[in-house]
Amino acid sequence: MATSTQRRTPNRWQVGRLVERRVETPTAQTLVLEVPDWPGHLPGQHVDLRLTASDGYQAARSYSIAGPAVDGPNGPRIEVTVQRVHDGEVSPYLLDVFGAGDPVEVRGPLGGWFIWRPEETAPVQLVAGGSGVVPLMAMIRARRAVGSKAPFRLIYSVRTPGDVIYADELRRRGRDDFGLDIAYVYTREAPEGWRGEPHRIGLPDVNTHGWPPDLEPLTYVCGPTAFVETVADLLVGLGHPSRRVKTERFGPTG
Amino acid sequence: MTEMSYLDGNMLDGPMRELFTVDLSSAMGRCENCGMTGSMASLHVYSHAPGLVARCPSCEEVMVRLVRGPDRAWLDMRGTTYLQVPMPMEQTFPGPL
Amino acid sequence: MGIVSPGFQGRPRTQEPALPPGQYLTEDFPVLSAGPTPRVSLDTWEFVISAENGSEHRWSWQELMALPQETPMVDIHCVTRWSKLGTNWQGVSLDTLLADVDTGAHFALAHSYGGYTTNLPLDDLRGGQAWVVHTFDGAPLPAEHGGPARLLVPHLYFWKSAKWVRGLRLKTMDEPGFWETAGYHDYGDPWREQRYQGD
Repeated sequence: MATSTQRRTPNRWQVGRLVERRVETPTAQTLVLEVPDWPGHLPGQHVDLRLTASDGYQAARSYSIAGPAVDGPNGPRIEVTVQRVHDGEVSPYLLDVFGAGDPVEVRGPLGGWFIWRPEETAPVQLVAGGSGVVPLMAMIRARRAVGSKAPFRLIYSVRTPGDVIYADELRRRGRDDFGLDIAYVYTREAPEGWRGEPHRIGLPDVNTHGWPPDLEPLTYVCGPTAFVETVADLLVGLGHPSRRVKTERFGPTG
Repeated sequence: MTEMSYLDGNMLDGPMRELFTVDLSSAMGRCENCGMTGSMASLHVYSHAPGLVARCPSCEEVMVRLVRGPDRAWLDMRGTTYLQVPMPMEQTFPGPL
Repeated sequence: MGIVSPGFQGRPRTQEPALPPGQYLTEDFPVLSAGPTPRVSLDTWEFVISAENGSEHRWSWQELMALPQETPMVDIHCVTRWSKLGTNWQGVSLDTLLADVDTGAHFALAHSYGGYTTNLPLDDLRGGQAWVVHTFDGAPLPAEHGGPARLLVPHLYFWKSAKWVRGLRLKTMDEPGFWETAGYHDYGDPWREQRYQGD
């Protein structure tokens, strides 16, 4: 696991290969990449993935790492969860064409700000919009892996129940991971028997399902830019100091 | 078509890491225009352009411009008064560098 | 160069002999932006040419629309390698706008709502090479593509076709603009592949 005292090597591209693919939702899949020289990473960090066409044309995008690295038979493996971007250039390739054993260039780990260090004991609130749940899931998985007792609350906003990434695992962790609470906000369609109407995330959701400011939590908000702006404003308005609210905005970049 | 929006300074990390071995996404910076000091990770980064442009989240003026050519990169930081970068703790500072 | 990603094509594009070196053809119209999209009301919009001697020539939106209009169909080439052929625009030629401007300047700095600037030789704005355009493909130019009006200078890389254009400052000395001070070429001829300083 990388620490701040580890010697930094200038970031360079290295070749990884697809070893496994897991379907999470109709529009999202987790890709497990074998990356032989992976130096380790902290939860919340991301990688850049770069594709090269046969005529030399290149396209690169950033993806959050979804969990701790694991040891495989041929070296370390990391996983990223890719959400289909409508009319995207890279996500359709990764979801539909990228095959087992195919290479991809990987640069990382990247991002020194949006990270949760497992030594932290402060309560943590995680607010996810859509595929923004990926780096936050990395934090939840890392928390369990090290046996951290830091209390975690996840508020996960999605359009419909079918859009929940890691649905089964979140159900299991909500039940089994001591000190983890999960709440959902449905913006278009709620599950059968849900109390309340579909709505966009607002003050009542954050107030009810987050931590109060006097517990001095660390907050991580991730999702599309507009979602992150809305939630960050709500949190600061509730009294959370802005330096304890870390944000990561996703967006189509190409 | 949706508004082409910005990402945040977490996206500076990959491109900047090719130039600097110090982790800039955990650095603080002061905006030359309005004086606001904050984390470089909170800058509004417009990366869908001929180069990368990072703007102050408070006044939206340009703080960083980075252009990557095939064999060179140009970094313009005139919009940043200073960068404050976390370093490993050393007892001998302050002192001559 | 490293690997090839089997089966990866990227954005629809083909290599065409009619394109400048290093360019790919696209059917899209990509939006590239260095900042938030300016929102400019037509009531307050103006275009100003200020000459080196201090004189200023201004046009309101109504005045711009009352000038002789042209409908150039041109190829455009972006420094990020995409090219789009046969694009249709409507606007006013810079020859029309410069007709009554008395100047000995050789350079121009185009400046835009939102702060963008780009420099060009004045000669490259004359002779039927440049327009202030407000209509693309028969419809009002969308804000993300530079509307209400942008500069159109198709013989140079498209970063010279300043979006949200607000005016030109005519200068006796060349003053590099937003991208030119950050490493991009002062002139930007796609056919000589002048992308970066020193190319």
